[in-house]
Amino acid sequence: MAGVGSACLAVGLLTALYAAGASLYGARAGGPAWVTSGRRAIYATAGLMIAAVAILQSAFLRSDFHYAIVAEGSSTDTPTFYKAAAMWATQDGSLLLWAFLLSLFSSAVLFLTRRSLREIAPYATAVLGVVAAFFLLLMVAWENPFNTLAHPPAEGAGLNPLLRHPAMMIHPPMLYTGYVGFAIPFAFCVGALITRNTGADWIRATRRFALIAWTFLGTGIMLGALWSYTELGWGGYWAWDPVENASLMPWLLGTALLHSIMVQEKRGMLRIWNASLVCATFVFALIGTFLVRSGILDSIHAFGASTIGTQFLVFIGIVVAFSVVLVLSRLPDLRSEARLDSLLSRESFFLLNNLVLVGLALVIMWGTFFPLISEALTGQKASVGPPWFDRLTVPLALVLVLLSGIGPVLAWRRVTLSGLRRVLVAPLVFTLVALVALLALTNASDSPASLAMFCFVAFVLSSVAQEFLRGAAARRVATGEPWPRALLRLAGRNRRRYGGYLVHAGIAVLFLGVAASSAFHDQRDVRLSPGQTFHTGDYALTYRKPTAKLGGDRAGTGAPISLGAVLDVRKGKQRFTLHPSRNYYPTQDPTQGVIGRYFNGEANSEVDVRWGLKRDFWLAIRPDIGSLQKPIAEANRRFPTASSDVQALVIAALTERYRKNPPPAAFRAIVSPLVLWIWIGGAIAVLGALIAVWPAPEARLRRVRSLYAAKLGRELSRA
Amino acid sequence: MEYGLALILLATVVVVVVAMPFRRPGQAEAHEDVVRAQLEAAKEAKYREIRDAELDHRMGKLSERDWREVDRELRGEAIEILRQLDRLE
Amino acid sequence: MDPARKRRLRLIVALGAAVALATALVYTSFSASTEAAKPSQVKPGRSYELTGKVVNGSVSYAGDQLRFRIRDRDGTGSVPVSYTGAVPDPFRDGREVIVSGELRGHTFVGERDSLVTKCPSKFTKQGRRS
Repeated sequence: MAGVGSACLAVGLLTALYAAGASLYGARAGGPAWVTSGRRAIYATAGLMIAAVAILQSAFLRSDFHYAIVAEGSSTDTPTFYKAAAMWATQDGSLLLWAFLLSLFSSAVLFLTRRSLREIAPYATAVLGVVAAFFLLLMVAWENPFNTLAHPPAEGAGLNPLLRHPAMMIHPPMLYTGYVGFAIPFAFCVGALITRNTGADWIRATRRFALIAWTFLGTGIMLGALWSYTELGWGGYWAWDPVENASLMPWLLGTALLHSIMVQEKRGMLRIWNASLVCATFVFALIGTFLVRSGILDSIHAFGASTIGTQFLVFIGIVVAFSVVLVLSRLPDLRSEARLDSLLSRESFFLLNNLVLVGLALVIMWGTFFPLISEALTGQKASVGPPWFDRLTVPLALVLVLLSGIGPVLAWRRVTLSGLRRVLVAPLVFTLVALVALLALTNASDSPASLAMFCFVAFVLSSVAQEFLRGAAARRVATGEPWPRALLRLAGRNRRRYGGYLVHAGIAVLFLGVAASSAFHDQRDVRLSPGQTFHTGDYALTYRKPTAKLGGDRAGTGAPISLGAVLDVRKGKQRFTLHPSRNYYPTQDPTQGVIGRYFNGEANSEVDVRWGLKRDFWLAIRPDIGSLQKPIAEANRRFPTASSDVQALVIAALTERYRKNPPPAAFRAIVSPLVLWIWIGGAIAVLGALIAVWPAPEARLRRVRSLYAAKLGRELSRA
Repeated sequence: MEYGLALILLATVVVVVVAMPFRRPGQAEAHEDVVRAQLEAAKEAKYREIRDAELDHRMGKLSERDWREVDRELRGEAIEILRQLDRLE
Repeated sequence: MDPARKRRLRLIVALGAAVALATALVYTSFSASTEAAKPSQVKPGRSYELTGKVVNGSVSYAGDQLRFRIRDRDGTGSVPVSYTGAVPDPFRDGREVIVSGELRGHTFVGERDSLVTKCPSKFTKQGRRS
């Protein structure tokens, strides 16, 4: 079946190229039949990708080690859930995922716009076909996921244990859906520019896709942060690592795009800015995909020799050059007559927000690529660390949050000063009260930046609440509905606006969690023997007893050996138990010996976290197996050819030895306030995005339409 | 071999799929329908703007005078779109 | 103020902000950066971000302190490292690591929690700094 899979890729490549060619020919000379044929070619590519993914997934689930990709990334003892997700842990598999998602999304959008946007759609099809062809070419020529092994091994290498975490399994598909999603507005923007259809039509058709892409990308980023927090042994969620930054940059530009799109829709302004931003967002999505696969930056994720780094760079260069030339050549068509009426209007604040977001993206880009920049400028490779990133991004983030509170209370076109005063009074009072409370009741003043963020968050939340309440009150004046109904109807009839407000509230809550947990967390490293107690803050941590499990580790990752501890934690009246452990996965390395390879392969920290609305208690353990090395070496000598049953008995004896007489283990305990609110805030933002994206039911639209049409008709006849 | 056979089979399926539009001529819709769809979309957007402005006014963000000005402008634009739609009939 | 003048003013303000940001970027990044170096290149007296491979068999723990030798990726220059702090899960013989710190005497003393271990081979997403 691997041959069929490879054939799907090869035929897919030709089909995607045909899609591009047929659409272009159809738009230029051939007529609508060619355009339709080109569109159907994209559907066909999607079908081929579905088949390819199905073949590959079945190979993983069957643990068919004829496939090189399965032998490298999976094993018979990898749990089924992780077998299915192992596909995108490898380079070639993730390329296939990209091509799969791109062809599906393209098919969806082209199907939905098949009757509208007749002039633009062919060019959009061509662009999407070319991008799909690029990824297919990478697979067909260099990184084929369907490569087979002449001599399949009896057992695979197994999925990297660090990836055996549910968040890490959904993280790549979410990220890629986000990256792929931004290709759609790009494709339609290119079509609009080529055909000089620079109005808002292409935006209206693709706005939803941009929002969906933004939501998926944001969710992917948050899942990555969640994984880092709960899986890695350092207890943080963001390290300004180049690969983290690579996903954040397109998300920031996407946020800017969502706002400036609104300005172009409502006022016809910022068309040059928009076109450039759409292209830039897609380019950064490609850069995000590329950074992880190249060797250009020293990061945990970037490895020396990558076979496709240069190709990516060339493709990105072509896209950038093409976009720049296209936008410059259409500048006269893009200039808008509408001008910014007043500084005190929603448009100008959206513009300000765009500048801050782009500024943030530029700062992060500078820091991420600094090793290359400094090498180019001074010959010396230097890098900047998290303190630098924090120093520059925190002020910008503060401004951003503040703007997100002011924006919603403004109106389009202009706001009078008296109106502004009326609308800002309540939030300002609330913020002041919050400030006083924070100063009086907490030690928030220890970190001025956090204190400022807390106040701005209070401002945002109160201004959003005011919007909901005032809007519902305005409805009640006309309809007399009860409050809950008025609120629901208000949000339901103005989904974009109120969904957007909810997103602002969610992001504000997220920043609340970030500010509190980064400025006020308490981290301690300590070595404890069983029975010992350790005090940190108000907590008393007691190492009750060690644990040793064979097979069936707590996280369900399929680790044969799991050593850990049970600890009691007390704080005043509160008591809870934590079970951190360390999972040991076998290695295929023969130098470790028959028994030793189970203890000296990859090892992974299984962190235990007690979640809390006010604070989290995070605990990781690093058991000391140094004392076991001598018995392991002896076991290697005595049982070199033992059967797996005997091996299991020997390992059980060794782990029992650890359990009976454990040396002191190293613990890291972190108390972080308000971390949970990061994830809660993110969830609220996603909910807001869903509300904003949800299409309004047709019937209601028609009713509204007829109401207004009648009204206008009356005025028309009067005029 | 497997690869070659699959190649031919899949390529044939794809060719059938993409050739279908050529065997059914007259599927193309008139240019008018395209313009109508665009105008309808523009009309919906304009109506949304009018409603938004009214909501802003009711919530006190736009003063009476500002709102009347904006509302008049928007309705004028909406009427223009309706006129263009009428002309298509 | 007539609209044209207003627009020009706004443009000047925006450009000014951009210039200010660019200056902040350049100035702070060059002064806050640590130089990347190979073990054969470190000299005492300044901080480096050391990249290299863990020498096989050189890993030992002295209480809380991790001791190992780090060598050039392709070369033989090596330097002993002494490091306190969290050790990333993938850390072991032969792995590529990055550690920040400075050379004191003959030993490179690593900054707390600055040890980062790269994934062994190919593209597999892996852990980060501890």
